[in-house]
Amino acid sequence: MNGRFIDNLSKVYGLYTGGFLIFIGLMAGLEQLGVSAATLGILFVSFTILIYAAIGWISRTMQVDEYYVAGREVPAFYNGMATAADWMSGASFVAMAGGVYFGGYSYLAFIVGWTGGYVLVNSLLAPYLRKFGCYTVPDFIGTRYGGNVARLLAVIVLVVASFTYVTAQINATGTIAARALQIPFELGVWFGLLGILLCSMLGGMRAVTWTQVAQYIVLIIAYLVPVVWMSNAQGFGAVPQISYGAAVDRITELEALHGVGTLLPEAPQGGLRALTTAHAAASDSALASWKFVTLVLVLMAGTASLPHILMRYFTTPSVRAARRSVVWSLFFIFLLYFTAPALATFTKLQIMDPALATGIIGRPVADVMAIDWIQQWSNVGFLKIVDSNRDGLLQINEFFMRGDIVVLATPEIAGLPYVISGLVAAGGMAAAMSTADGLLLAIANALSHDLYYKIIDPDADTRTRLIVARVLLVVIGAGGAFIASLQLSNILGAVAWAFSFACSGLFFPLVLGVWWKRANRQGAIAGMGLGFAAGTYYLYLVRFTDMQPWLGLDHLRFGIVGMAVSLVSMVVVSLLTPEPDEETQAMVDKIRIPSGKSILAGTH
Amino acid sequence: MATKKMRQMHWQRTRNLTFITLGIWFVFAFLIHWFGAQLNQASFLGFPLGFYMAAQGSPLIFVLLLMWSTYRQEKIDEECGVAE
Repeated sequence: MNGRFIDNLSKVYGLYTGGFLIFIGLMAGLEQLGVSAATLGILFVSFTILIYAAIGWISRTMQVDEYYVAGREVPAFYNGMATAADWMSGASFVAMAGGVYFGGYSYLAFIVGWTGGYVLVNSLLAPYLRKFGCYTVPDFIGTRYGGNVARLLAVIVLVVASFTYVTAQINATGTIAARALQIPFELGVWFGLLGILLCSMLGGMRAVTWTQVAQYIVLIIAYLVPVVWMSNAQGFGAVPQISYGAAVDRITELEALHGVGTLLPEAPQGGLRALTTAHAAASDSALASWKFVTLVLVLMAGTASLPHILMRYFTTPSVRAARRSVVWSLFFIFLLYFTAPALATFTKLQIMDPALATGIIGRPVADVMAIDWIQQWSNVGFLKIVDSNRDGLLQINEFFMRGDIVVLATPEIAGLPYVISGLVAAGGMAAAMSTADGLLLAIANALSHDLYYKIIDPDADTRTRLIVARVLLVVIGAGGAFIASLQLSNILGAVAWAFSFACSGLFFPLVLGVWWKRANRQGAIAGMGLGFAAGTYYLYLVRFTDMQPWLGLDHLRFGIVGMAVSLVSMVVVSLLTPEPDEETQAMVDKIRIPSGKSILAGTH
Repeated sequence: MATKKMRQMHWQRTRNLTFITLGIWFVFAFLIHWFGAQLNQASFLGFPLGFYMAAQGSPLIFVLLLMWSTYRQEKIDEECGVAE
């Protein structure tokens, strides 16, 4: 291969993808030779982590612009892949299909919200922030509005939102590592952190970019292969995403047969759930519609305010490439998101349909207890069968499981070879690691660039800045791993909070910074400070006190309250105080056109 | 460097495109899902329509919408002489 790495991307990643497929084939061969499922799991997870670590090592750098924005030379297509991996977390990979499985129609708000947010990113923010030329999101806030207070507030919102999110990701890496490598969860968490840091510490954004591309390839293969396989086995064809309509209909029939929604569990089983919600039926009450659209809004505005996503668009060579890479990002994300409901549907059909060999509902409990995958997953506490009416048959309200099982156990439920389970474990690991890397880097960069360099010690030299950045990365990662090891909340609750935190504090200050010239420093400070405080206080009230939510705005939707306060206070305070100076207004004019120099110098 | 007039025209056209894009976005992000139960009465490709739109239809429209608006925006940038 001649020339630089960047000129050979399609060759490098083509080889890598081919190599990964050969590796899967090799593992399938080993399975035939009688190698155990546990060994395959260990090989899958450790081999892929080794590759990521190698990419991280090769991409090490001591240049500031490479560390913060990957030298601004990532082509749109690859930045799209990296963003998709950055974006799709352990929650998307492991928990989303499970969410659809249990939540049915109302849960689809997550799919709409987590895709539609990219329309806001593309139309309102990414190209303009790229033109601005900042290293971090607070860098934009600090320069556009001026002054350390605005910058500091942006750093605080960023840290709270991203840290909430990253603990959930480290938790997910711990869960997967513990399962695949057969080690205790507490150890799995620290092992996961080690993998995450190997990818990001030496090369910053540059290393994270190129590992994320590699991680996207692994995770998308790992997600699609089992679904396509299962769909084929059930006679739904090779493109299950367009042909599972019949399965949805069949489930609706079975729901009546098994009494889904009428038979309720007698006693709660900890974090395990029994199916009680219809798959496709939507409630026609105004409150249900309101809850659906408010969740969609929070997730979309949160997408457009989460710094670890926005900063990915700082790495493209041009404004045009930034825009194009948003389109690629959404396309790569769409591939997984339109598959998740298909997977949930197939798994549900497998479990519920008495006409299928895999169906367990309605079978004698003793027979079901003898099934391999039931035994395996109940041993690790992911699943439980309680014959509460003692009739010896398994009813829908007697079968409890964790949502995560839908993805993790699908290969076993459908009777696919173990090699597929290993592949899925590697995919889940890739998804959680890539997001954790992006988040940790966003936090550490904001603290090292905005807090340390811009506010505390503007005279620091490059070497010191990059060392501070790395030390922070390790410290924050360790903090996240420590909190994750305490297992305070389930994966998805904390993830949804991150979106509400981010949009409460950052959405309007970012958007109005580009779209409203009149927005000034005082307004931005009010918008960030009051919006974030109001959102957080409301979360405290609905989650930790007895207060009834207003209008169904529960703890997943507290960003609505935060954003409303943020918008009103930002507009009112801006209008009550003098307009920004000429220089600032000229700066806003400049970021609105793609051509010309960026506002901040290439290295700053 | 494009003239002041060109830059003003560029921003006006960019704004219009953004409004149209966000209008379409609003319909598929919020409006149709408000009527999910009613849409479910109809069927599309064998799916209940409301379920289909939330599980697949809206995300697909977002992808196509972004392709279109990015293409339009690049044209606007070129025509107004502010492309990179």
